[in-house]
Amino acid sequence: MIIVKNLCKKFENDIFVLKGISYHIKTGEKIVVVGPSGSGKSTFLRCLNLLERPTEGEIWFEGRQISGPGTDRKKTDIRLVRMRMGMVFQNFHLFNNLTVMDNITLAPIKTGLMNKTEASENALRLLERVGLKEKANVYPSRLSGGQKQRIAIVRSLAMNPRVMLFDEPTSALDPEMVGEVLDVMKDLAESGMTMAVVTHEMGFAREVGTKVLFMDDGNIVEENTPAEFFGNPQSARLKEFLSKVL
Amino acid sequence: MWDKFEAAFITADRWKLYFGGLGVTLQISFFAGILGLLIGTVLALMKLSVRWNGKKTVFTVIANIYIDIIRGTPSVLQLMIMYFAIMANNNNKVLIAVLSFGINSGAYVAEIIRAGILAVDKGQTEAGHSLGLTRGQTMVHVVIPQAVKNVLPPIGNEFIVLLKETAIVGYVGLSDLTRIANQIASRTYEAFTPLIISAMIYFIIIKILTILLGKLERRLRQSDNR
Repeated sequence: MIIVKNLCKKFENDIFVLKGISYHIKTGEKIVVVGPSGSGKSTFLRCLNLLERPTEGEIWFEGRQISGPGTDRKKTDIRLVRMRMGMVFQNFHLFNNLTVMDNITLAPIKTGLMNKTEASENALRLLERVGLKEKANVYPSRLSGGQKQRIAIVRSLAMNPRVMLFDEPTSALDPEMVGEVLDVMKDLAESGMTMAVVTHEMGFAREVGTKVLFMDDGNIVEENTPAEFFGNPQSARLKEFLSKVL
Repeated sequence: MWDKFEAAFITADRWKLYFGGLGVTLQISFFAGILGLLIGTVLALMKLSVRWNGKKTVFTVIANIYIDIIRGTPSVLQLMIMYFAIMANNNNKVLIAVLSFGINSGAYVAEIIRAGILAVDKGQTEAGHSLGLTRGQTMVHVVIPQAVKNVLPPIGNEFIVLLKETAIVGYVGLSDLTRIANQIASRTYEAFTPLIISAMIYFIIIKILTILLGKLERRLRQSDNR
């Protein structure tokens, strides 16, 4: 579904964050990316929906090249790509000026995906699924972190995406709220959604991931099934990392 | 004391002159304020436009030149240049003043609005983009509504400055509140009373404005706690 070839990203201050990442995310997979901070995992995820512009390499999404040499920036409609790739942020980024309902329905309506009635019905159905139907007309400032993140997930799902990207979705939450967000993500994984998750939740990686990637210093150092990844780590760097976090 | 007040305000229906002058002042301020807001918004968006590779656009350069020139020269000079040179063939003085002050105010408003937009968390924009909204849609539905709250206090301040700045329109022969006071003084041979009367009218108008702005601001802030 997403193919990444030799992805490099250099920021303006000449810091290399990604040093040639190649990976293939297949339909239905749940990829969990772990690694120390500054290893480039978030940047990797943000390159996939082009919130960051890769400086080198290619990205293919559903058989079409969306970044790299050979793509015409003007012709590749980034919006169409983003409409089909949901993203959940560490700090939720709910629209502060809109109610929960408007947060969820804004994009489906404005992109022409649904009309107003369809969008509202869809939103209510999704809110019910995460148990927050009664919050439909509340503003984000009245919600707890866990509620905000569940609604941010719903907001992305309302676009009927093919893939969901999660950028450290539980890192900004109070410990007692992590569970409710992970439950929604597990539920989503069970429904067959293709997911790429950057996280520090090793339990989630072990339980939900189909593949776990370890990134360090801009490279994918190791990649394996959760059982092998945690049970039989190969590289010294990963062993060291796991000994610290587990 | 009363005699002076009577001479400056009541004799020969002079109070009508103050209100006539106030009318001119308010008319210029109001329309110049609106024009400044329009120009400022456009300039701010021009300044914030960036190309996909993060480089400046030609719009940014134009906006920067505009702001540099307007902020770098006195508004009295701008007014006189407008009146004696650029629009020398036009005898609608109020229109000339409105244009001149509107163009001037736009440069300052631009920086206020730009700061207000930049103060909205970048994550809001990213979230909008990640959902497939265009830059324009994200601006209109998410960023600008939040920026309005940020810019209201400094915009109100700018409008108050503008209202007082119009006191220089006497330079091009318009009889605003300030010039009227001067004219009355030259007729009664007593400057203090008419000047103080004008000053008090300015003060009251601005006080009312401040109260209204405060109310508006409080109403907008309410959505923070709903």
